Amino acid sequence: MPEIALATRNIWKSYGALHVTSDVSLEIAERELHAVIGPNGAGKTTLLAQLGGELRPDRGTIEFGGRDITRIRAFARARLGIARTFQITTLCADFTAEDNVALALQARERHSFRFWRSARHEPALREPARALLARVGLEARAGIASRVLSHGEHRQLEIAVALALEPRVLLLDEPLAGAGVDESANLIALLGSLKGTMTIVLVEHDVDAVEALADRVSVLDGGRVIATGTFAQVRDDTGVQRAYLGGGDG
Amino acid sequence: MQLFIEQTINAIQLGVMLFLIASGLTLIFGIMNVINLAQGSLYMIGAFTAATAAAHGAPFIAALAFGAVCGCLASVVFEVVLVRRLYARDHLDHVLVTFGVILIVNEAVAMIWGRSPLFMATPPALAGSVNLLGVPYPAYRLVVIAIGLVVAGALYLTIGKTRLGMLIRAGATHRDLVEALGVNVSLLFTAVFAIGGFLAGIAGAAVGPILSVSVGMGEQVLITTFVVIVVGGLGSIRGAFIASLLVAAIDTFGRAYIPGLLEHLFSDTTAENLGSALSSIAIYVFMAAVLIWRPRGLFPIATR
Amino acid sequence: MRRANIALALTALALVALPIVATLSRQPFWISVATELVIDALAVTALDFIVGYGGMVSLGHAAFFAIGAYTVAFASTSGHNSAPLNWALAVFVSALFAAGVGAVSVRTSGVFFIMITLAFAQMVYFLIAGVKALGGDDGLSMTARDVMPGIDLANPVIYYFVVLAILAAFVLLSQRAIGARFGTVVRAAKQSERRAIALGFDVDRYRWLAFTLSGAVTGLAGALFADYQRIATPDMATWLQSGDLLVMLILGGAATLLGPVFGAIAFGVLRVALVGVTDHWMLVLGAILILVVLAGKRGLAGLIVGPDA
Repeated sequence: MPEIALATRNIWKSYGALHVTSDVSLEIAERELHAVIGPNGAGKTTLLAQLGGELRPDRGTIEFGGRDITRIRAFARARLGIARTFQITTLCADFTAEDNVALALQARERHSFRFWRSARHEPALREPARALLARVGLEARAGIASRVLSHGEHRQLEIAVALALEPRVLLLDEPLAGAGVDESANLIALLGSLKGTMTIVLVEHDVDAVEALADRVSVLDGGRVIATGTFAQVRDDTGVQRAYLGGGDG
Repeated sequence: MQLFIEQTINAIQLGVMLFLIASGLTLIFGIMNVINLAQGSLYMIGAFTAATAAAHGAPFIAALAFGAVCGCLASVVFEVVLVRRLYARDHLDHVLVTFGVILIVNEAVAMIWGRSPLFMATPPALAGSVNLLGVPYPAYRLVVIAIGLVVAGALYLTIGKTRLGMLIRAGATHRDLVEALGVNVSLLFTAVFAIGGFLAGIAGAAVGPILSVSVGMGEQVLITTFVVIVVGGLGSIRGAFIASLLVAAIDTFGRAYIPGLLEHLFSDTTAENLGSALSSIAIYVFMAAVLIWRPRGLFPIATR
Repeated sequence: MRRANIALALTALALVALPIVATLSRQPFWISVATELVIDALAVTALDFIVGYGGMVSLGHAAFFAIGAYTVAFASTSGHNSAPLNWALAVFVSALFAAGVGAVSVRTSGVFFIMITLAFAQMVYFLIAGVKALGGDDGLSMTARDVMPGIDLANPVIYYFVVLAILAAFVLLSQRAIGARFGTVVRAAKQSERRAIALGFDVDRYRWLAFTLSGAVTGLAGALFADYQRIATPDMATWLQSGDLLVMLILGGAATLLGPVFGAIAFGVLRVALVGVTDHWMLVLGAILILVVLAGKRGLAGLIVGPDA
């Protein structure tokens, strides 16, 4: 029985009468790549935000390695080993690609209360940063300001930044959104190389990617989980088919 | 007891006037995310134009209306010429540009009217006092309360019951939805500024006979108004109304009673100065306390 | 990069040479003007730390300036007139207040932050104006400037150089801190707070420290000013004064090395030049301010030095 890395137990999140997350219980095993899919508005990003700590569920608990982290704030969860990427680009626009990764490396240390030595020129930060950029294929763009990078490059950079944290759990929010065909293929290959090395929760729309990468899939609709299983199991589930054909887009 | 009744009415009067200015400010912030330091200047424009109209013999209601219309026009010009360029910018830019507007308007008013306070006569028909529970109270102040409540009521109806009002409320919480409806958002924003200017203008015109109409009167009221909208919750008209009354009460009663309270505790001169200092800061202490308890104000609107 | 170095060298040269030129041209008045400008530049440098680099707009910094000034004036009129001690005390007291205000404000953002800092400044203003022991509305005057062992502070040229040295020291420290790990976190939080938090930074804590340091250095500027003019007055704490600091910052160019100096100079020059031309110089200042902001360049520093100001 594999260990549970991350779990939600009956979590709810509501805005007035609108239940964005309805009684969601998920268990994600160590080093599993677990995809979360569902039509638009199903509550996928909200779920990820609760896992990451940006939002707190109204009811229910979230466990990390068996420990209740529901009340732990977002920055502390990152320090515990939960890293996430964002659907909307949240990189530091004025920093270069390398700066962004170096910042993540810097975050891993106990504190950043250093006031004299230039962070830009610290080899302890710069060299690993460049190595990570190479890992995602961005080494040529290391010195380019983030605001100038293309959308696909942002996606790659987000992953590099997340990897810099050496996380135990990686939460990915639609990493392929807006990526072209080649970029998608590269990203899928990259994610494939990460598979099995850490626990990954992948929120995605791209069905082919999910099929290629996921160990298990959970389908969200209207805030609740309507099916969990392997890709094949979920694909053949009638409830899932209805959800996709009924109102959202796949 | 007499003091208490007097102060209560004073507080209501101040509260209602604050609400007129605050409601415009909170709408502007809530819908357009613009920090408008120049709202106090519109209040001042309303006061000066109304006082001038009255001095030229205009009947009271006409002077009031004139002040309101001038405030409204100034606000629209301000929006079209300047604020339009601020929507995409950050708060620092808003603060700086509207601060610049305060400087410009203050000097422009001084250029036109000079730096001495302008006198605005209380309309003779309303100049007497009324007997309230055995206490004589200036009739005009009651009229100001009435004006404020009527305008507040009209605002409530406009926001709550008309299509424009619905769009404004929707714009506060779901900007993209409003755009998707094909509404001319640009015109909507101008309309909000027009309303804000009208309200501030009427408030300025109404208090003309009570307060000193002078350059700089806008700044004094501006900070208090910001306290009101922060306490009430940014973007919330209901919050602005309740907060206006609360802040007005704390300010009025504080000034009335704190110095006396201190005199019991300390010697005269210390009490006198400290008392006036403490009563001046009472509203800020109140604001800090509210924010500690409710970081987004008393009636925050739902997140966008 | 080279343009930036040239600009820095020329500015430093001009500032150092000024008293010599002033004395030679028999215009000692210029030394007095320059001393005030340099003190202003110090306050703006401190403000830039949190506004320009940190993205936290404070409308309350004038309060720290006033607290620094009053600390010195109070200590001095109570018989303690050692400049180093008084100035250190001013820094300490300002830091204490800034730490307190910061603890409440940094958890907020946007309008709330502006409002809390503003409210705090108002509180300081009313309290110092109301307390008899601090001189009330008239403020607190000092009979003589404080003294420093071995340095004759009463000499205006010497005082100018002392103040200039302090400015240079803090500009250097500030620039190092901005480029160091601490400053990087503060700058990151300005660009994307969400990202900084998601990386594991307790952003509030870093912002709090930045705010406290900024308030402390602003207090030092106030202390230097009090000793310079030998007075501390309540209107040093008004929000309009805070506004002036912001104006200087923007005229000079936020988040630049030379911005605070250029801004202080520009503001001072504008004021002097315009007052001569028209009584209504504030109107022109307001218009210039609006144009500078809307033009969106990085102020004078951006204009003179270019993109790596």
